[in-house]
Amino acid sequence: MTPQSCFMVVASIVPAREASLRELLQSMNAQAGNADPGNAVLPFGAVETLHYARLVLVDDAMQADLAVCGVTPARIPTRLVLMGDCDGPAADCLAAIARVAEAGLRRLFGHCQDFTEGADVLAWMRAHDQPVAVNFICRLGRTVRRVREDHALWRALAARVPRGPLEGPGEAQSRCRALLDFVEAERRAGRLALTDERPTPLAWQFANALHLVALPVLALLLAPLWLAALPFALLMLRRLEKSDPEWCPRPDPAALRALQGLEDFDVTNQFSAIGPVKPGWFRRLLVRGVLTAIQYTCRHIFHRGYLARVQTIHFARWVVLDDTARVFFASNYDGGHEAYMDDFINKVGWGLNLVFSNGVGWPRTSWLLFGGAKKEPDFKRYQRRHQIPTQVWYKAYPGLTLTDLERAGRIRDGLRGAARSEASALAWLRLI
Amino acid sequence: MAAPRVDLADIQGLLRYGYGHHTESVFLALRVRDRAAARAWLAQADVANAVPQAPLPATVLQVAFSAEGLAALGVADDITAAFSPEFVAGMADPPERSRRLGDTGANDPAGWPWGTGPRTAHVLLLLYALPGGLDAFEQATRARYAMAFDLVARLPTVDMGGVEPFGFTDGISQPAVDWTGTRRMGEDKVLHYGNDVCLGEFVLGYRNEYGLYTDRPLLDPQRDPQALLARAEDQPDKADLGRNGSYLVLRQLEQDVAGFWRWIDAATQGDPTERELLAAAMVGRTKSGEPLAGCGDRGLNAFDFDADPDGLRCPLGAHVRRANPRTADMPAGTGGLLSQLVRTLGFDATARRHDLVASARLHRLLRRGREYRLAAEGRQGLHFVALNANIARQFEFVQTAWIASAHFNGLSGEVDPLLGTRSTAAGCADAFSRPSDDCPNRRETGLPQFVTLRGGGYFFLPGLRALRYLMEESR
Repeated sequence: MTPQSCFMVVASIVPAREASLRELLQSMNAQAGNADPGNAVLPFGAVETLHYARLVLVDDAMQADLAVCGVTPARIPTRLVLMGDCDGPAADCLAAIARVAEAGLRRLFGHCQDFTEGADVLAWMRAHDQPVAVNFICRLGRTVRRVREDHALWRALAARVPRGPLEGPGEAQSRCRALLDFVEAERRAGRLALTDERPTPLAWQFANALHLVALPVLALLLAPLWLAALPFALLMLRRLEKSDPEWCPRPDPAALRALQGLEDFDVTNQFSAIGPVKPGWFRRLLVRGVLTAIQYTCRHIFHRGYLARVQTIHFARWVVLDDTARVFFASNYDGGHEAYMDDFINKVGWGLNLVFSNGVGWPRTSWLLFGGAKKEPDFKRYQRRHQIPTQVWYKAYPGLTLTDLERAGRIRDGLRGAARSEASALAWLRLI
Repeated sequence: MAAPRVDLADIQGLLRYGYGHHTESVFLALRVRDRAAARAWLAQADVANAVPQAPLPATVLQVAFSAEGLAALGVADDITAAFSPEFVAGMADPPERSRRLGDTGANDPAGWPWGTGPRTAHVLLLLYALPGGLDAFEQATRARYAMAFDLVARLPTVDMGGVEPFGFTDGISQPAVDWTGTRRMGEDKVLHYGNDVCLGEFVLGYRNEYGLYTDRPLLDPQRDPQALLARAEDQPDKADLGRNGSYLVLRQLEQDVAGFWRWIDAATQGDPTERELLAAAMVGRTKSGEPLAGCGDRGLNAFDFDADPDGLRCPLGAHVRRANPRTADMPAGTGGLLSQLVRTLGFDATARRHDLVASARLHRLLRRGREYRLAAEGRQGLHFVALNANIARQFEFVQTAWIASAHFNGLSGEVDPLLGTRSTAAGCADAFSRPSDDCPNRRETGLPQFVTLRGGGYFFLPGLRALRYLMEESR
């Protein structure tokens, strides 16, 4: 199994060069906000391990909301973010990107404050790679190559499967066997590839097992401390929940239109959002703690095709920026934006509240889980208002949703054992 | 808290009645020619309210406005801007909204005879009459407003006896609106699909299925010196311009009836039984309205798909299943707390498989469409009319995520077999599959487009006090 990972290169841009950078980013797109996989600056399509990538300009406009908490925000320079989700270690993917796009990366990062003419691009990217607080991978181990192979297999089988009623007993199995023979012949002829899974890296296994055990052990060891602090923390939380200001005005119509202008070119859409964390040590500590807990569940539980009830998010991440002053969230989800928001409210509103209720202006929650995102109009305005345009977005397998990926994966897995019984053969045929 | 009194005298009748006895109707899409004359006429127009009447009124007039129309009538910009963003932008809003709604290709607003650019309707008049009464009513109405408006489109309708042009019984599925205003939803999850829906899902100013109030224009009382408007239930210091109003979505859906049956015949090689089976599978009901999912003797609208999660009886992609998947807030399972927790965390694989489409109650439409047939031009179809309080969450969601989605409910490469545009963001989506438990799924491909959008718009159907306010104050 090849584990997936992510990178997020963050650097401050030279303010005077922002217009030129925007122009360069736009030149990378085939359609508004949607990257041309072969663009001259960063040909994402040439990096075979890359699932998703995006380039985003993150400004500090949302910081102005701190005024509702009576805080005058400090200015934060606009950042250029290059992020991606990849197979294998992120360092390898960054190296591959540097290999295929060195000149283009120099042009991009040449707009950043601390990038010098002769700098080693790869070393510079690694130095600016920001740690990610939570990284959600919908199905751990599913590589880009596997996605493409599975889909090609499904297409070949779908064009071939006899769809008429079964004539007699044993026919599902015989149809199934004929298809398996077809697959084998196509494979030999080089028209279908079914590459074997690579062994899981030992170092990764070890680190993962250590993390699995270490966090609960640590929590257990520190139990006297946090159990003693818990009543006070709950009191503090309730006090803040009652007094924290809500701030959910309507998004500016022009900004909303600009966001919608980047959406619905594919069955999957991107979402990038940022906002300030509420002032004070308590909220900062809380958001850190909550993100640590969520990361634990994503790493060890939610990597099997779903994030609680949500089955439409391919990859997502939370990143804490500027010394926990801001939280950045990014996701790649199937379907339209309205459906995405409704799913959030109805299926995982409680999960959103855990994190985002620490953000300035979030609709009022109670006990960290309830209310909040459930306040539909407030939540929807808040969510859109905190969203920022993703200037360049890349997806390695356009047209495919997670249900497609899962189904194609089941067809591929079924190659072994499908013909074993009439029932298993029929179940497999019905997938195609 | 006492139930809010629903003031039927302030609500346009169309929200409560389909006017089924008024078999004659015509919709007039108008543009303002003379603002003062238009305001004066609209302010005194005899618009029917929702109070039950016996005997039935001979004629019924209903009035709705587009956002452009409100501006043309001189309504202050900030008031218009406070309506929902979808209403303000309008339905013909390429490229983003058109892309989202599937209004591309043959459905592109650029090809509409009316409803876009200089042919955008400002005011929509809906005229209904008991048999034999429409002609005189229409003539009299048009004579009275003659100088005020120009006609953009005259949309005549025809009474086809409850059957739409393809030949299927229509208008069976309607939400049961809680006219008492007492249904209280909040954070409680609904474990079983039901047909009851809060008044606030269709009428602005009342609690909706979230237990909340949908955004609408709320004004400072000093802008309403005559106190024409009611105060907002949720914010009593504000005058509620939305109260007792709704959004009306109109789409002229032209149906290629000959093409539909020609394709079915070709796909079934003219086998008369197969022909009916395939057509019924595409609709999700037989011609007489029997749901394929089965409803026993409970009535044609009293069913859900819980017993048919894999679409073996009613295909997952059938029209009625897309238009209303009839799902609860939680995938099927027991009501026990532990079981609910397991499903909430996504740990139940079966529940997950049936959880791709949830919470149908938040996406309901009150349908008030009428068929049309223009014999001379050989055109027929449906003037689709839907009423809802939240265009984004109701009409647009149903159209985008359910009807026009090539990936609805885990499907792939197929959109609504009746309504869909076949070229989508995901590429070609011209298939229709029928799952079966005893053979590989049957899958038809190469479906042509059977329904073409010929015009439409988003309108605000005001409460009667709000109508008067809009025409007499609101500057």
